[in-house]
Amino acid sequence: MLKILKYSFYDLMRSRWSYVYFLFYLLLGVVLLFLNNDLSKAVITLMNVIIILVPLIGTIFGVMYYYNSREFTELLLAQPVKRSSIFLGQYLGVATSLSMSLVIGLGFPFVFYGIFNSSAIWDFSLLLITGAFLTFIFTALAFVIALSNENKIKGFGYAILLWLFMAVIYDGLFLMSLLYFEDYPLDKFSLGATMLNPVDLSRVLILLKLDISALLGYTGAVFQKFFGTNFGLILSFVMLVCWVIIPTFFIWRIAKKKDF
Amino acid sequence: MIEIKDIHKKFGKNEVLKGIDLSINQGGIFAILGPNGSGKTTLIKSILGMVLPDSGEISINGKSLKNSFKYRENIDYLPQIANFPGNLKVKELIEMIKDLRNSKATNDRELIELFKLQPFLNKKLVNLSGGTKQKVNLVLTFMFDGPLIILDEPTSGLDPISHLRLKNLIFAEKKKGKTILVTSHILSFVEEIADEIVFLLEGKIYFKGSITELKLKTSQPDFEHAIASILSASYA
Amino acid sequence: MRNTNVISVIIILLICTTNSWANTITVCATCVVQTISEGIAKAQVGDTVIVHKGIYKEANIKINKGITLLGKDLPVIDGEKKGEIITIGANNVTLDGFKIINVGVSYTTDYASVRVVNSENFIIQNLELEKLFFGIYLQKSNNGKVLNNKVRGEAVTEFNSGNAIHLWYCKNVEVRGNDVQKVRDGIYLEFSHNIKIIDNLSKNNVRYGLHFMFSNNNYVINNIFETNGAGIALMFSKFMEVENNIIQKNWGTAAYGILLKEVNDANLVNNVFLENTVGITVEGSNRLLYSHNDFTSNGYALKVKGACYDNKIVENNFLYNSFDISYNGRINDNRFNNNFWSNYTGYDLDKNGIGDVPYRPVKLFSYIVNRTPETIILLRSLFIDIIDFSEKVSPVFTPDDLMDKNPKMKIISHDRN
Repeated sequence: MLKILKYSFYDLMRSRWSYVYFLFYLLLGVVLLFLNNDLSKAVITLMNVIIILVPLIGTIFGVMYYYNSREFTELLLAQPVKRSSIFLGQYLGVATSLSMSLVIGLGFPFVFYGIFNSSAIWDFSLLLITGAFLTFIFTALAFVIALSNENKIKGFGYAILLWLFMAVIYDGLFLMSLLYFEDYPLDKFSLGATMLNPVDLSRVLILLKLDISALLGYTGAVFQKFFGTNFGLILSFVMLVCWVIIPTFFIWRIAKKKDF
Repeated sequence: MIEIKDIHKKFGKNEVLKGIDLSINQGGIFAILGPNGSGKTTLIKSILGMVLPDSGEISINGKSLKNSFKYRENIDYLPQIANFPGNLKVKELIEMIKDLRNSKATNDRELIELFKLQPFLNKKLVNLSGGTKQKVNLVLTFMFDGPLIILDEPTSGLDPISHLRLKNLIFAEKKKGKTILVTSHILSFVEEIADEIVFLLEGKIYFKGSITELKLKTSQPDFEHAIASILSASYA
Repeated sequence: MRNTNVISVIIILLICTTNSWANTITVCATCVVQTISEGIAKAQVGDTVIVHKGIYKEANIKINKGITLLGKDLPVIDGEKKGEIITIGANNVTLDGFKIINVGVSYTTDYASVRVVNSENFIIQNLELEKLFFGIYLQKSNNGKVLNNKVRGEAVTEFNSGNAIHLWYCKNVEVRGNDVQKVRDGIYLEFSHNIKIIDNLSKNNVRYGLHFMFSNNNYVINNIFETNGAGIALMFSKFMEVENNIIQKNWGTAAYGILLKEVNDANLVNNVFLENTVGITVEGSNRLLYSHNDFTSNGYALKVKGACYDNKIVENNFLYNSFDISYNGRINDNRFNNNFWSNYTGYDLDKNGIGDVPYRPVKLFSYIVNRTPETIILLRSLFIDIIDFSEKVSPVFTPDDLMDKNPKMKIISHDRN
C-alpha cells in the first residue's frame, strides 16, 4: 500500500491542480493577513473557507482522481498487489497531497506573519487540523461514491450533491427541526445531529475556540458539559476520526467486491 | 495449468459468462476468439482477478484464485487500452512497475531497444501517440519472466514492423515453454501464432481445438471462412 | 496676610495640643494589655491602640469611641465563629492592618468581619479578611473610606455566602484599591449615594463583582471585574459614571459583563468588555451613553431586552463578537453611530474613514437563538449566513432603522489614561 500511496502522491504533487490548490491557499493567507492586518478576523474568515471549501475540493478532487486514473488502476490490478492496497493507497495519496497543500499553503503566510508569537496559534492549528480531517473525510466519501458509480457524470453529480447536503441543506433541515420541536428538550438531539455531519462537527470544534463565550450562555446540562469541559473537544475529535475510518472501511469493502 | 470450472458472471441483467469450463495446459499459444461482447475480456479479467465470478472456480497450478493476489506475480498482462498516469515519464512508469512487482531480473533494456523507445524514455506518457503507448505497454508486459502471458488485443495501433517484432517476441516466449493467452480480432495474426483456439459465443465455449480441427468441423478451406461460418450459423 | 499667619499658628497649636492629649496603648501577648477589647476599653477618644503581631482570639469587639486601632505586622484576630468580630459605632474611627478570620455563620443574622454602624469619618484599611460571611459591612455610615483591603472568601453558592464590601444607606464613601475574591458580591450597594468605587479588583465572585440597588450618583472607575457570576449589576439606579473598567471572562448561562436594569442617565465610557457571554444586558434603561468602549470576543456585545429609549451608542469598537447586538422587538429608539464593527463588510469609496453603506448590527439568527437557544449550535454555519444575508438585504424581523449609518472603517483608538 505504501508504494501505491507513494506513486499516487508523486503523481499528484506533479499535477497542476495541486499547485493551483496550494497557490490558492497561499494567496488567501497573504490577502487575509497582509491586506487586513487583523489576525483574529483572518482566523474567522478562514474558518468559513475551511468548513465550506475544503469539503468541496476534497469531494471533487477525489472523484476526479478516481475517474481519471481508472486505466492506471486497471494496470495496477493486474499486478501482484492487493486490491485494498491499491484503493487505500490512492485514497491516502490524494488526501495527503490535498492536506499538504492546505497546511503548507496557509501555514506559510501565517508563519511569516508571526503566528508563533501570537495567542492565535492554537486557534490556527485547530483550523488546520480540522481542515486536514475534512479533506480526509470528504476524499474518502468521494472515493466511495466513485467506486459505486461507474458512470462518471453520475458520480460527479452525487459528489456535488453530497457536498451541498452536508454544507447547506443539512443545516437547514437541522434548524427547521429545532424550531419545530422547540417545546422539547433539544440539547441531546442537537449535539447528536452535529456529530452526524462532519461539516457541522468541524464547525463546532472551531466554535469551541472562537465563540466559547456565546456557547456557554445556554442552559441545559448536556450543553454545559459539552462546551464547558474538554469533553466536547475530545468527543468531537473521536467523532472526526470515526468519520475518517467509516468511509475508509467502505472503500475497502466496495473495492474488494468490485469488478473492473 | 489453468483450470476454469463452470464460471458464471452477470453484469446487472446482462449475463456475460454462462458456465465456462476450460483447462489450459502448460506451454503453447492459446487464442481466445469471439464476436464483440462474447465475454473474452471478462474471461481474461476473471483469470486476473479483476472480475470476480458469481459462481464457479478458477485455479492456477492447482491453487484457487479466491482471496489471493500473489499469483499475479506469475502473470504478465497486456491490457487492451493502454492508458497510463499522464504525469509520469516512460522511464518512471517502467521503474514503478518493476518496483511494484519487486522484480529485478528484467529485460526491459532489450525490449526498449527492440521497439526503439529510447527517444521517448524521458517524455511524459500524456504526450505519446497511441502506437507508442502500445509499445510501452508491450515493454511493461514482456519485461518480466512470468510463466503465463496474457495479451488482450496486442496488435492494436502497431505499425507493421513492430507487429512483426511482436510476433517474434511471442514465438520466443513460447520457445521458453511459456503459456500465452491471446485475444485478437486480427485473424491472420491468430492463424499464424495460435496452437489452439477457444471460440466464445454468447458466454459459452462454442469451440475448443486447433485451427485444423476448426476447419474440419466447419468444412471450410480457410480460417477466416471457418470463423465466418460459425458466426453466420449462430446469427442465422 | 497677617490674618492667615495668625490662623495657621492657631491651627498648629491646636494640633500640638490634641497630640499631646492623645495617648498610645500597646497590646501584645507579653504586654500589660493582652486583649484588644481591653486596649479599646482603656483608650480615650483620639487615642491610638497599637496591636502587635500575634493571634488574638476575640469576637464581638466593640469600638464605641473615636480611636485608631492599628495592627503592627498584621496581627490576627480569630473570631472562632462566635459571631461578629469588630463593630464600630462611633465617629472618627480608623481600623488599620489586621487579619481577621472566622466570622460566625448564621442564617438569621448577617455577621460581618467588620461592621460600621451609624458612624461618620471612618477609615477601614489594609485589612485581610478570610473565613468570613460578610466582610466590611457599612450601615447608615457616611463620609468614610474603605481602602486597600484584601478579602478572600470561600463562597460556593449564593445562599451560604455574604458580600465582601457591603454598603447600606451610606453616602460619600470612597472604596478604593480593594481586592475582593470568592464571596457572593464583591462590592454591594443598596440605597447608597455618592460612592466612589475606584481601582478595585473583584474576581471569582459567585454572584456579582459589583452590585447596585437603588443607589444614585455613584462613580465606578478603573476597576477590574473578572470571572464573576456577572461583572456589574446596576439596578434601579441613576446618574452613574462607569469609566475605564475592565470587565472580562464572565461566563455562564446567566452571565454578563454589566447588567443594566431600570438605570437612567448613566454614562458607560472607555470600558473594556472582553470574552463575556454577554457584554452588556440592558432592560428598561433610558438616556444612557455608551461610548469609547471595546467589546471584544463576547458572545453578545450588547443585549437589549426592551423598553430602552434614547440611548446613544457611539464610537465603540465591536470586535469579533459572536453577535454584536441582540434586540427584542421591532422598535428602535436608540442611536448607533460612528462605531467600528469588525463584522462590517462595506467599503469606503470617498475615503473619509466612514463606510458608505450602513451597518446592521442585529442578525436574524440572534432572534432565532433567543427563541430556541439550542440553535446556537448552528452558529457560523453557511445556512445561517445565507439567511442572515437575506435578512440584511430586506429586513423582515429586525428593526428597519436599527443601523449604524456611519460605521468607521478602522478600529477607534481610544484616548485612555
